[in-house]
Amino acid sequence: MGQKITIEPVTRVEGHGKVTIHLNNEGKIEQTRLHIVEFRGFERFVQGRPYWEMPVLVQRLCGICPVSHHLAAAKALDVIVGAGTGDGLTPTGEKMRRLMHYGQMFQSHSLHFFHLASPDLLFGVDSDPIKRNIIGVALANKDLAVQGVMMRKYGQEVIKVTAGKKIHGTGAIPGGINKHLTEEERDYLLHGDDYMNIDKMISWSQDALEFFKDYHKNNKAIIDHFAEFPSSYLSLVRKDGALDLYHGVLRAVDSEGKKILHDVDYQEYDRYIDEEVKSWSYMKFPYLKEIGKKTGWYSVGPLARMNTVEFIDTPLAQKEFEQFRKYNGGKPSNKTMHSHWARLIEILHSAEKIKELLNDPDLMEGELVTRGTKKLEGVGLIEAPRGTLFHQYKIGENDMITMANLIVSTTNNNQPMNEAVNQVAVKVMTGQKEITEGMMNAVEVAIRAYDPCLSCATHALGQMPLEFEVYDAYNNLIDRKFKH
Amino acid sequence: MSQFVKFTIDTIECMATRGQYLVDAARENGIFIPTLCNYPGVKPKGSCRICTVKVNGKLMTACTTPVAEGMNVENESAEINDLRKSIIELLFVEGNHFCPACEKSGSCELQALAYRFKMLVPRFPFQFPYRSVDASHPKIIKDHNRCILCKRCIRAITDDSGRSIFAYRKRGIGVEVVVDPKLGKQLTDELAQKAMDICPVGSILVKEKGFNVPIGARRYDKSPIGSDIESMQISKI
Ligand code: SF4
Ligand code: FES
Repeated sequence: MGQKITIEPVTRVEGHGKVTIHLNNEGKIEQTRLHIVEFRGFERFVQGRPYWEMPVLVQRLCGICPVSHHLAAAKALDVIVGAGTGDGLTPTGEKMRRLMHYGQMFQSHSLHFFHLASPDLLFGVDSDPIKRNIIGVALANKDLAVQGVMMRKYGQEVIKVTAGKKIHGTGAIPGGINKHLTEEERDYLLHGDDYMNIDKMISWSQDALEFFKDYHKNNKAIIDHFAEFPSSYLSLVRKDGALDLYHGVLRAVDSEGKKILHDVDYQEYDRYIDEEVKSWSYMKFPYLKEIGKKTGWYSVGPLARMNTVEFIDTPLAQKEFEQFRKYNGGKPSNKTMHSHWARLIEILHSAEKIKELLNDPDLMEGELVTRGTKKLEGVGLIEAPRGTLFHQYKIGENDMITMANLIVSTTNNNQPMNEAVNQVAVKVMTGQKEITEGMMNAVEVAIRAYDPCLSCATHALGQMPLEFEVYDAYNNLIDRKFKH
Repeated sequence: MSQFVKFTIDTIECMATRGQYLVDAARENGIFIPTLCNYPGVKPKGSCRICTVKVNGKLMTACTTPVAEGMNVENESAEINDLRKSIIELLFVEGNHFCPACEKSGSCELQALAYRFKMLVPRFPFQFPYRSVDASHPKIIKDHNRCILCKRCIRAITDDSGRSIFAYRKRGIGVEVVVDPKLGKQLTDELAQKAMDICPVGSILVKEKGFNVPIGARRYDKSPIGSDIESMQISKI
């Protein structure tokens, strides 16, 4: 038995994680594991509750992207109330939900890029942790920090007018939505006071992309080769191959771009995907059945989406997408840090979509809800900011939930995150005698690229303490270090 | 004998029709006395004690006490309000009230009173009782987790011949309010909706309808409990 080094908790990811690096007697890395030690039990405790409570209840899983859970649950229940599988809602119902979702994507991605990722980019992964947070960003680059804060706020406002509240609203209901957009709300978002202006949001999204591309030019090593490894990718795509964050068919491609899941109907997702349980983590490991447990794992999220889709249906984002694809030779990018690039393209796309929707009269009038013949089971998928999110529910004759299965984005990314952590650990820690802040953070940067949402806590200021544990060959604790 | 009586509430001079119950008389004078088990048009029961006031120095339930000439009523004192707050806290800890995912949130009287009395953390330990949810009736769900046993449904929801459609079952701490198995069929859509509206909490839910009213448009989102009555008092002054 070798040594075990524990990094706990991982800072600046949403929630709580722990990394253990297992060394052998020569100090070489044998294995790296990302442990998820939380257990939230939602699938169990929603059983026995009425089905229409789900969108409101399950969103409590998360305070960062509750809208994704809210909408995925609502989509699953659309099927149950006979409102079709993603295409049966009234125009108002679907468009209000889409607006909510793009608002969510915009705010969550902005939070991630500006608050969580930009400190690493601005200051480098081995810089002083005192500086490497959003306050540091504000001191070094005020414009960037202000933009980050205001873009997040804008997205939150979009959520508020569609869901009733910025966090944990009630907008989506089985078969539709519970409100229209008022003229006042529309005008506020189109051209309200201060920064509440969609054109400003679009131009800031472009600025952020320029900031990144500029950084990329001068830091190829980190953006192109930090935690680079082959992976398969999975996401929803629109039937014609376009990026669609709200609805589509399931597609997966391998690291070379070959389709390995052929645009299937997600109502039958369990024919194609299964989950493996491992003893050391509460988080399951999903895989494509046809390929098998060992190599059937895949990544989801912004990078995965840029790798599965063929085009983007908004002009500015499409241009950026073309550049992205060209840079990667028309093939999937297997570069973990390109996730940041992909995320920024999606921020721009979401802003363009928000503008398109705000100008759509269907949001302000028309039927809100539709229903048809009831079914006892439904599946709802959505492209959440962090990737494909699966909700599945079964109900009994008396309308109560009898079964729920949720595969959240971060679970889909479980194996890729483990791969990334291992890659980086081998690179920066092999043969080193002492663990430095730079090494620890390098491991975290790799995890953070996936923007994992490990629970519902926000630690945006990067002030969570780091805990280190070193075990000897006989699993005795020989050293423990805290960093604040 | 005059048809009207004069009395005071917190030294404010009030007038009411003789024989009126104190809560109703107070309301007509623009003064809010909180209630839970009481419901307009239904015979008062005096079971929840939230309407407790001091009449000439003695604790009484305002929903069951008729006004009398020269009564001095104490309503908004620190002592009375703390007593009421403690009743609300007791109701919260002895059931399972998870407001965030409750359909009645925003139009729940218990929640509205908790806000009014600024309940933060109950001073009593949570009981987290094991309670079931009964979804066997085709029209409604009866969530026992939230029932505060006010009997409003039992007293107000009756069939054509005046028999209660809701009834008590079991005894003591295990008591539950259920749809009477024999009369359950009499619960029309209209009565089901009425039962849901009459229930001060979210214990009676009409099936398959939930969250149709957006946040911000719910009853107490618009005006906090009691504020409609109190605004009359202000306009009077
Ligand atoms: S169900 Fe509602 S109305 Fe009936 S006793 Fe319980 S709390 Fe009161
Ligand atoms: S309202 Fe008077 S005792 Fe309940």
